[in-house]
Amino acid sequence: MITAKNICKSFADREVLSGIDLDIRPGTIFGLLGPSGAGKTTLIKIITGQLVSDDGEVNVLGKNVKDLTGADKKQIGIMMDDHGIYERMSCSDNLKIFADIYGVPYSEIDKTLKAVGLAEAAKRPAMKLSKGMRARLRLARVLMIFPKILFLDEPTSGLDPTTMKYIHKLIIEQKERGCTVFLTTHNMEEASVLCGEVALLNEGRIIEHGAPDEICRRYNHQKKINIHLTSGEDLGLEQESDSAAVISRLLEQGKIETIHSSEPTLESVFLELTGRKLEADEEAKYA
Amino acid sequence: MRNIGVIIKKQLKDTFKNKTVLIQFVMFPVLALIFENAIHIPDMPELFFTKLFSVMYMGMAPLTSVAAIISEEKEKNTLRVLMMANVKPWEYLAGIGAYVWMICMAGAGVMSTSLPAKDIPFFLGVMAAGFIISIAAGACIGIFSPNQMVSTSLVMPVMLIFSFAPMLAMFNDKIEKVARFFYTQQIRVLLNNMTFDGIKPESLVIIAVNAMLALVLFFAAFKKKGLE
Repeated sequence: MITAKNICKSFADREVLSGIDLDIRPGTIFGLLGPSGAGKTTLIKIITGQLVSDDGEVNVLGKNVKDLTGADKKQIGIMMDDHGIYERMSCSDNLKIFADIYGVPYSEIDKTLKAVGLAEAAKRPAMKLSKGMRARLRLARVLMIFPKILFLDEPTSGLDPTTMKYIHKLIIEQKERGCTVFLTTHNMEEASVLCGEVALLNEGRIIEHGAPDEICRRYNHQKKINIHLTSGEDLGLEQESDSAAVISRLLEQGKIETIHSSEPTLESVFLELTGRKLEADEEAKYA
Repeated sequence: MRNIGVIIKKQLKDTFKNKTVLIQFVMFPVLALIFENAIHIPDMPELFFTKLFSVMYMGMAPLTSVAAIISEEKEKNTLRVLMMANVKPWEYLAGIGAYVWMICMAGAGVMSTSLPAKDIPFFLGVMAAGFIISIAAGACIGIFSPNQMVSTSLVMPVMLIFSFAPMLAMFNDKIEKVARFFYTQQIRVLLNNMTFDGIKPESLVIIAVNAMLALVLFFAAFKKKGLE
């Protein structure tokens, strides 16, 4: 559905992307993870034809991105972090503009607003919406057209947990109806919950890719079981047969408060590979 | 063509909620009607206020509104969304231009109610041509400006020159010598005569040169900056 080969891009002397290869299968959610400045937005702009790469080739819907026709582009929904909405117009009127452009029946507007939880705010001017509601309106604008491919650039950045979960639900619904979703995020939990496959991007290079669970297993060097005892002590056991007897005895004695295996998260894998934290960089960006 | 219609429809909806642009469209037609009907000074030329405000309207409303609309869409990043939805730049510009031209023609229509019926076609024809030049000039500024603040600072002097120079030229010969090279001044001359027979070739040439200049600047700005 989306393939990229050897994508390179520089701005002045600064190399932003280098040798990026991607192959995204239809009907999957692909997550591009990376800290602020890693090149995520640049890559999404190249794949969607908003920017031209210095080198390499991008194919979308089986065609070179440069050769996409108007009809092809109408099958692609793009929600960028910085895309605006018409502030003075109501939610409903905002969607009507794009319903007219895409030839979507007006009946879909109410359905879409209801789906994103904005039915009550349909007549409210966009300038009076909260940040979370604005994000849902931007998402509604792309969901309404029933895209075959959906590009979402940081769709939940800066949103509260409730809105974030709501948007996750909407993204999963898109996947269930067969849409291919390409999303960029710095949120590890979001990537683990949503994505069938992820790529970790750092300083313009993909440093790891695969299914989130598979990546985490690949970097599970410690193979430890961490136990927090009712006495307040912490116990670390190796994942081996001898530990089973210890755990069994502690369980029988009712001394275990919590027990966890020590698989790494995507965050810790990224930290191991780059020495940088993903979310810390984002926090610094918003500080 | 459908996208041009969508842009016009969008702007019509937005106009009633955008007071700054709405005032531009309404102010001069309303002022012309009020002044023409309320003020009667002996020896004042016939239809003085209608002709004066028509030229000011032409130099001000299309120029400022087109520049404001384009620069606002660029600043708020809604223009990019339209481009991503496969609205072509020329469709967008044609939609905005057509919308502003139609609204301004409606304003000119209101102003023309003070005129004798026989003069209305001439008046509307001249106004229509002038609006097109102002729209092209406004589009140049809108395309060139990255945001509304830059647009306002660029549009203000241009708008003041085109709209006020014809009025000042009535009182000062030196200003008239300069103002005669502006299309608004020549349109004022045409409106004073108000006949097709009385059109001087000099006026037509100056208006045509102004139009050419506006179009050349428009295409140069578009080629250099595009719409993003």
